[in-house]
Amino acid sequence: MIEGKIVKINGPIIQAQGLSSCGLYDVVEAGETKLIGEIIRLEGDIATIQIYEDNTGMRIGEKVVSEERPLSVYLGPGLIGCIYDGIQRPLKNLYGLSGAGLKAGVKAAALDLEKKWNWKPLVKSGGGVTRKAVLGCVQETELLSHRIFLPPDIEGEEELAFVAPEGEYTVEQIIAKTGGGRDIRLAHYWPVRKPRPYTEKLGMSEPLLTGQRVIDVFFPLSKGGTAAIPGGFGTGKTMTQHAVAKWCDADIIVYIGCGERGNEMTDVLREFPEIRDPRTGRSLMERTILIANTSNMPVAAREVSIYTGVTLAEYYRDMGYGVAIMADSTSRWAEALRELSGRLEEMPAEEGFPAYLPTRLAEFYERGGRVTTLEGKTGSISIIGAVSPPGGDFSEPVTQHTKRFIRCFWALDRDLANARHYPAISWIDSYSEYSEELRDWWEQVNPRWHEARTQAMELLKREERLAQIVKLIGPDALPDTQRLVLLTADMIRNGFLQQNAFDDIDMYSSPEKQVLILKIIMDFYHRALNIIKAGAPLLKIRELSSLNVIVRIKSQVENSAIEGIREIENRMNGELDKLEKEYRK
Amino acid sequence: MRGLEFRGLSSVSGPIVIVRRQENVGFSEIVNIRDGRGGRKTGRVVDLSAEYAAIQVFGSTSGLSTEETSVEFLQRPMELFLSEDMLGRVYDGLGRPADGYAAPFSSICRDVNGEPINPYARVYPRDFIQTGVSAIDGMNTLIRGQKLPIFSGSGLPHNRLAAQIIRQAKIRSDSGHFVMVFAAMGVKYDVARFFIQSFEESGVLSQVVMFLSLADSPSIERLITPRCALTAAEYLAFDRGMHVLVVMTDMTNYCEALREVSSIRGEIPSRKGFPGYLYSDLAALYERAGKIQESGGSITQIPILTMPNDDISHPIPDLSGYITEGQIVLDRGMFQKGIYPPVAGLPSLSRLMKDGIGEGMTREDHKDLASQLFAAYSKAKSVRNLASIIGEEELSSLDKKYMAFGDSFEQDFLTQDETDNRSIEETLDLGWKTLMALPRDELYRISEEYIEKYLPRGDEGEGT
Repeated sequence: MIEGKIVKINGPIIQAQGLSSCGLYDVVEAGETKLIGEIIRLEGDIATIQIYEDNTGMRIGEKVVSEERPLSVYLGPGLIGCIYDGIQRPLKNLYGLSGAGLKAGVKAAALDLEKKWNWKPLVKSGGGVTRKAVLGCVQETELLSHRIFLPPDIEGEEELAFVAPEGEYTVEQIIAKTGGGRDIRLAHYWPVRKPRPYTEKLGMSEPLLTGQRVIDVFFPLSKGGTAAIPGGFGTGKTMTQHAVAKWCDADIIVYIGCGERGNEMTDVLREFPEIRDPRTGRSLMERTILIANTSNMPVAAREVSIYTGVTLAEYYRDMGYGVAIMADSTSRWAEALRELSGRLEEMPAEEGFPAYLPTRLAEFYERGGRVTTLEGKTGSISIIGAVSPPGGDFSEPVTQHTKRFIRCFWALDRDLANARHYPAISWIDSYSEYSEELRDWWEQVNPRWHEARTQAMELLKREERLAQIVKLIGPDALPDTQRLVLLTADMIRNGFLQQNAFDDIDMYSSPEKQVLILKIIMDFYHRALNIIKAGAPLLKIRELSSLNVIVRIKSQVENSAIEGIREIENRMNGELDKLEKEYRK
Repeated sequence: MRGLEFRGLSSVSGPIVIVRRQENVGFSEIVNIRDGRGGRKTGRVVDLSAEYAAIQVFGSTSGLSTEETSVEFLQRPMELFLSEDMLGRVYDGLGRPADGYAAPFSSICRDVNGEPINPYARVYPRDFIQTGVSAIDGMNTLIRGQKLPIFSGSGLPHNRLAAQIIRQAKIRSDSGHFVMVFAAMGVKYDVARFFIQSFEESGVLSQVVMFLSLADSPSIERLITPRCALTAAEYLAFDRGMHVLVVMTDMTNYCEALREVSSIRGEIPSRKGFPGYLYSDLAALYERAGKIQESGGSITQIPILTMPNDDISHPIPDLSGYITEGQIVLDRGMFQKGIYPPVAGLPSLSRLMKDGIGEGMTREDHKDLASQLFAAYSKAKSVRNLASIIGEEELSSLDKKYMAFGDSFEQDFLTQDETDNRSIEETLDLGWKTLMALPRDELYRISEEYIEKYLPRGDEGEGT
């Protein structure tokens, strides 16, 4: 046991003497109340330590004890459905131990140590195994089979001296022993700052479906992709994150509430258990892990919460699952970096942020991706990071650096949010580099995906230009063909892009429904354009009763009854036929 | 209980004094400082090294000498004695009685910094508070346990609006009434006086705890004032089960004090000279609102802040907006047009509204109606811009209807008298009435059923 003494205290950053034999990033327990900290700098005999809890009352001269291992998370069955703080302390247990206020120094095991899991071995003792082989399984939830491997730090082949028979075991009980004498349990520790190994990274081919039309059709994200949602306050970052967490087709969601509001986490805790996953029919909480390090919780733990979350995600990815991480918000994480860097008296770069900010961002986003796991399965981690630019100004460092490491940019627009057009994802500023890679997949859903999408985006672009003119001379001065563009763009906005998260039908759109709605609007546009060219005034088209029906498809036609769209299409075509006949004469 | 006492300072610079430290001084603990002439001050340890302790003094450091001053370390953090008898009392910015009476007797004493609430222990707020103000109830509903600031500018009637909310706020479902905690930071005496008077007039003075750190008090004292107020609020709400409404004015002064101290300590500034931890520091205050399990009480916060130069992207409103659950923004243009309350329709927002309104809470049509009013008002605003360029005469007939709607929305719905206390039904009906200016086809955010049921059948005649 290595022991040192505190010699300096500056907020959550302290210095201690006598820890020179510790490793960098080792965990320590500091002071009388045994607060958890991490060594972040070593200079001669002086170790600089960042403390993850409130250190009011800490004194010079108190002792610091090193645990001689890096800051780690405890990985094993029982993570699903839990809510943790930034350093994986289970908040539910802490509530039981210390009440509503979070007290410093209270400790609780990350996994339930009493609970017994039904272990089913898949290997026999005596054989040689590597970390690639599944030793056995535990049914973690109704749907999720939790696969147990050798801890990935064992690199070579090991002979299994013992494998426990099928039965009930706690996470701490030994379920196998290697010839080298190492005990294998259902759970193991893994350092948060070290990416877990995999065999190789793969390209993208399948979308992460979110059920949100503007995302899936216009700016799709692939499984294993990375996206950023920047937006000023009140533009709906958290709402978008919640919607994606609820409806996306990942197997597991890791939701990191990093420096945000406490009530938002409570909202997730209250709402998710009640919502059924449309694909499995099970409660959403059965696929969700929450990391909550809210804005009023210690800032150093906020810095580490991002790594805690991504390490948990990697653990499930290694079993061959698709994991999606919601990080809300990466700006608060960057601010935590800035605050700690300031206390370390480092030379700041832009706006006080440390010069290594882009490196840290890159490291984080690169832990996402689609991989072949050690076992040979395909697993993925998609990362969706919210960014909170000060004043809503996207030119600030965190947004700019994030843009370098993500391929999908969902820019939230203040004007849309003010008009309560949600999701307020701007179709002008956003982009997705994945759309080409995902084209094949989508064209199997509907061969006209690409066509409808490009035409709609082009039309919106034209509307934006026309809107400039309209601002100067009013819409009546435009020819009818151009006013039709405005009319159609309005229909796309209200009938397609805008999506009501509180409407039972509209909250989730199936891929088929998404394409059909857009297609019907674009068909309308092309036919109406021909009729106008044949001499009909726009007024006649405006009066068609089917227009009102089209913009309400999103909330009237259920995902399971998309034939209804066909009927509406027939009705529209009927009306247009009639009009066409009139003017073709 | 006496702590350790030392004589002599190493240096005095602004509100920070450095003491040659001995053993047993804790980080963040409170110290009493006595100058050579018998004056007493309070301070807090902000930095500790093997030899020195840096102390931030709450108050003026003028008259402190390096030789004659003695420093007493109290070995405890800044604490406040709490009791129900605090109601009706007035305290200074550091939590000492300022109304000439002795502190109420109590054995309960808490650290003013509080503890972060475990997110697991929170209860999601969803009880509608009726403020009687249409702009708030109808469009930006206040929920019990919410933190909803008023973003204002100098000269705007934020105090009048806050006072109106305090007078009229009530929960419809139960008879439980609110108690108030009022924290004044760096405001003028007249402003504090205005609030006291309005408490008096509505007969709630005995239900208010006041913490006053007025403009002439040392600025650094303001760092403690909201913490004392919130500690009192937490006690009343979570220990005593009361519903507490906390009004804090003016948060801008608080942030200025924080910047002042930060710059004296030589910290690296981020935007506009404010310290990088401004966000965390504000969050430590705002996040003390809410409801928790095992307690019937709640803390609803209405912080007031004046946006420097009416700039909502200034770090203070910007960071506040990122923490609070929405904002009520007051608009100078509307104020100049004589609209009271001048609540800007579009930038104002209540994040908790979605779960606190609708059937069983306010009325079934509330969500659709509010969404439609926002959309139509936004359209009306852009039509107004267009009209200012091409002239009202050139507008299409639909656009003219939007203009009419915009005017009616501002004149009939948003505008009301300071004493006008509207029930939520009155507010919603007024909203429907303004929508009569528009053709029925334009009400695309409201379901047909509600349109049938609630849209008044006037002699609109057209557009159906």
